[in-house]
Amino acid sequence: MAKIIINQDKCKGCLLCVSFCPKGLIKKSGKLNKRGLSYVEFDSRGKCIGCGQCAVICPDCCIEIYK
Amino acid sequence: MEKIFFPPESLYDVPTHYCPGCGHGIAHRLVAEIIDQLGIREKTIGIAPVGCAVIAYDYWKFDCSEAAHGRALAVATAIKRVRPQNIVFTYQGDGDLAAIGTNETIHAANRGENLTVIFINNAVYGMTGGQMAPTTLLGQKTSTTLDGRDRQKHGYPLKISEMLALLPGVHYIERVSLHSPQEVLKAKSAIRQAFENQINNAGFSLVEILSPCPTCWGLSPKESLDWIRDHMQKEFPLGRIK
Ligand SMILES: Cc1ncc(C[n+]2csc(CCOP(=O)(O)OP(=O)(O)O)c2C)c(N)n1
Ligand code: SF4
Ligand code: SF4
Ligand code: SF4
Ligand SMILES: [Mg+2]
Repeated sequence: MAKIIINQDKCKGCLLCVSFCPKGLIKKSGKLNKRGLSYVEFDSRGKCIGCGQCAVICPDCCIEIYK
Repeated sequence: MEKIFFPPESLYDVPTHYCPGCGHGIAHRLVAEIIDQLGIREKTIGIAPVGCAVIAYDYWKFDCSEAAHGRALAVATAIKRVRPQNIVFTYQGDGDLAAIGTNETIHAANRGENLTVIFINNAVYGMTGGQMAPTTLLGQKTSTTLDGRDRQKHGYPLKISEMLALLPGVHYIERVSLHSPQEVLKAKSAIRQAFENQINNAGFSLVEILSPCPTCWGLSPKESLDWIRDHMQKEFPLGRIK
């Protein structure tokens, strides 16, 4: 089992992590951060495999992975 | 649980000014990761360009200098010659490296300066509003080619990496892309190679990175990655050029 933590203050809602997560575990939060940008959320109930695709594609270095 | 992916030490933990989905952010992180891995943060000097990455030094946690538009390789040449013990690299857009800076680029390469070049090809002048760059594809709409780039009016996309590869002073050139996580990891290997070459005094090394500019391309971030995959890499084939 693995999990990710998303830095919501840095997230710009580009949704690239959403497109590449093979398990569909990242979704729009529907909320805005301090900079007024719509950030994404991780579904911690899902089975994250720690593949790293979300973190590798994130242009804003928002994602940490724990395994 | 063990942390297996985290921001590199060489990158400040701050939000950047880049548009959502901009490739500059990925490229900045890759450079910082390699500098950490090679343990060269204390002796690295980066040269920031004029272009959207003009304030790259606000994001990298190592010494940097700014250069006038296109002149990064002239500044880098001077720094490396005066301080050969430092690792010196330039980070330049396609307008910077292949338009206004063509002269500096070709001559630094031809002199075989022992430098590392990170060349961000996003097929437009991003910072100034998405005008045509030398690297703009035929048919590509930009703010100065409203009906698409036309070879009779604007000439052909300039393959400056292939041109530089002809020069005997050039040691290494590779073209990579940021259009998927797999390609990002290949880009990281090429950046590592280009820095290792300088550490080994091998000479001029350049990595051209096909990089998304969703704002000037008028596409979503994901559509921009797909556009690189489906169109841009056909004009600019990926892989080792020299
Ligand atoms: C001497 C000079 N000429 C023109 C400009 C205007 N200018 C600023 S950035 C830029 C082009 C940047 O394009 P590129 O190098 O491709 O970088 P990008 O923003 O796409 O990353 C131009 C023409 C300038 N700042 N200085
Ligand atoms: S590490 Fe892989 S499985 Fe886990 S959230 Fe990221 S992309 Fe999805
Ligand atoms: S890739 Fe990064 S910036 Fe983009 S939505 Fe995901 S976490 Fe946010
Ligand atoms: S204009 Fe293009 S290159 Fe500049 S920050 Fe926005 S997406 Fe990036
Ligand atoms: Mg550009």
